[in-house]
Amino acid sequence: MHRRGVGAGAIAKKKLAEAKYKERGTVLAEDQLAQMSKQLDMFKTNLEEFASKHKQEIRKNPEFRVQFQDMCATIGVDPLASGKGFWSEMLGVGDFYYELGVQIIEVCLALKHRNGGLITLEELHQQVLKGRGKFAQDVSQDDLLRAIKKLKVLGNGFGIIPVGGTYLIQSVPAELNMDHTVVLQLAEKKGYVTVSEIKSSLKWETERAKQVLEHLLKEGMAWLDTQAAGEPQYWLPALFTELYSQEITPEEAKEAIP
Amino acid sequence: MDRFAWTSGLLELGETLVVQQRGVRLCDGEEKVKFDSGVLLLSTHRLIWRDQKNHECCIAIPLSQIVFIEEQAAGIGKSAKIVVHLHPASSNKEPGPFQSSKYSYIKLSFREHGQIEFYRRLSEEITQRRWENMPTGQTIQVNKDPQAGRIRAVGIVGIERKLEEKRKETDKNISEAFEDLSKLMEKAKEMVELSKSIANKIKEKQGDITEDETIRFKSYLLSMGIANPVTRETYGSGTHYHMQLAKQLAGILQTPLEERGGIMSLTEVYCLVNRARGLELLSPEDLVNACKMLESLKLPLRLRIFDSGVMVIELQSHNEEEMVASALETVSEKGSLTADEFAKLVGMSVLLAKERLLLAEKMGHLCRDDSVEGLRFYPNLFLTQS
Repeated sequence: MHRRGVGAGAIAKKKLAEAKYKERGTVLAEDQLAQMSKQLDMFKTNLEEFASKHKQEIRKNPEFRVQFQDMCATIGVDPLASGKGFWSEMLGVGDFYYELGVQIIEVCLALKHRNGGLITLEELHQQVLKGRGKFAQDVSQDDLLRAIKKLKVLGNGFGIIPVGGTYLIQSVPAELNMDHTVVLQLAEKKGYVTVSEIKSSLKWETERAKQVLEHLLKEGMAWLDTQAAGEPQYWLPALFTELYSQEITPEEAKEAIP
Repeated sequence: MDRFAWTSGLLELGETLVVQQRGVRLCDGEEKVKFDSGVLLLSTHRLIWRDQKNHECCIAIPLSQIVFIEEQAAGIGKSAKIVVHLHPASSNKEPGPFQSSKYSYIKLSFREHGQIEFYRRLSEEITQRRWENMPTGQTIQVNKDPQAGRIRAVGIVGIERKLEEKRKETDKNISEAFEDLSKLMEKAKEMVELSKSIANKIKEKQGDITEDETIRFKSYLLSMGIANPVTRETYGSGTHYHMQLAKQLAGILQTPLEERGGIMSLTEVYCLVNRARGLELLSPEDLVNACKMLESLKLPLRLRIFDSGVMVIELQSHNEEEMVASALETVSEKGSLTADEFAKLVGMSVLLAKERLLLAEKMGHLCRDDSVEGLRFYPNLFLTQS
């Protein structure tokens, strides 16, 4: 009697067939990986060619950098993800931004005692340029923003807060929620804000306004002027610069890092 | 500002609008005037400014009056500006808001940005001089100045020409670079597509793909900067590169850590390591991913993440909980301390000092006094004294 599909023989055959299928499966993945590896090599060559012709352009032209970054983002590629990536190795974009990251950290640390860890993008830009020196390559505000976005992952509380057409950069892990942000934006115009202004512009109650201002005071991001005519004024050192009595030199900035 | 004339703001036949930008203030040379908030319009023939609050208030200047323009970058608390150098006003100019001005230039202050684009368009219009080909209904203002005026204009025109040549050369380089960049991106896009399809296969196979192959795949993603489609992390942690990096870090950081009491924040590490390297720097993500592997590789350092999100590297031998005991002693001696004061006393960074005090509080050894004067810590007498 021939019965198909039963008995030790059939089981063994089935196992063999399964094993063969598995092999095929692995082979399929192996194929694709091999294909990717080949395409990677080709891509690397293309990138090398591009770099030999246009590496300077990226270094010298901030607008070109923006275009480059935007195009990468559109196709789902992050050229700054790793120093080991092709982009970084061949175009040198990595080193440019990672070094900028170091400079940003140093400036923020040096000025933290004055502004509580909040600084305008403009001032950060000025200070970073100063630290880089005359002969270093120019950086744009867009460059700074991109470098800061990468720094977030280090857990030091780096954040970007939009205010009145520009940005405040936060460099301490202080919690700033929507209420705080909105008050910062209100203060941006004059560099300070009062409880009455908050109440009339934002239609908040006194208690809410006071809580927000007190939080900013505690964090060292706001200073209280009780001698102002009328009611107390809450000033944001991040927003006033003409009143600075001295500038931080790059040497002082380096010393500020323990 | 005396070159401006009142206008209805309506475009003439043959005149087309090129670009407009709101939030622009006009300045007469270095002095502010009352035109502080308006919409600036550039047409093929004129520069028109209309007050945002009072639409009736509208002034314009013909582009032919412009000698050359310069950009002035934004500064602290200052918007970006375009400086427009002008020919002297012609005698037959229509009436305007100012009879005379001591400056021969005006400044356009872009308080809501838009300067880069506007400058580009304005440069184009001045170069192309389209108003000469398309005469409008209005009399075209012609510079009827005597000899002296013309000589000065020639000198400036020379500069203008040089700027123009430089711009054309730059433009040419950029367009070629852009073309090449676009082609390159097309190829990069193919790589992204391929990686997605492999990731799908991996998901389907679920275990029929070897660990070795997974690691290979991750390193390919790393090279391209493609986010790992399966785990959503950028290139996923755990490539050979990160393993090597972790070992390197253990070597580099041993001494600095000992010098700093056994603990450093990740930003400190980032700065230290990259300053030492000088070239081929680490990305923040590289550092974090390498540090995540420290513990599993049984290296003498480890990554620790505090509740606040602050990340630090500690020596394995470092015990933060023991340090809390000594912190408690220090605070008790002084009665109370803020993070700043504690940091100065002990010689650590304020960031880490705060974390230690917070940890001590979490463990019940310290109490906080949260006021506008700052966050101050006291020994927790509720616990020690009944």
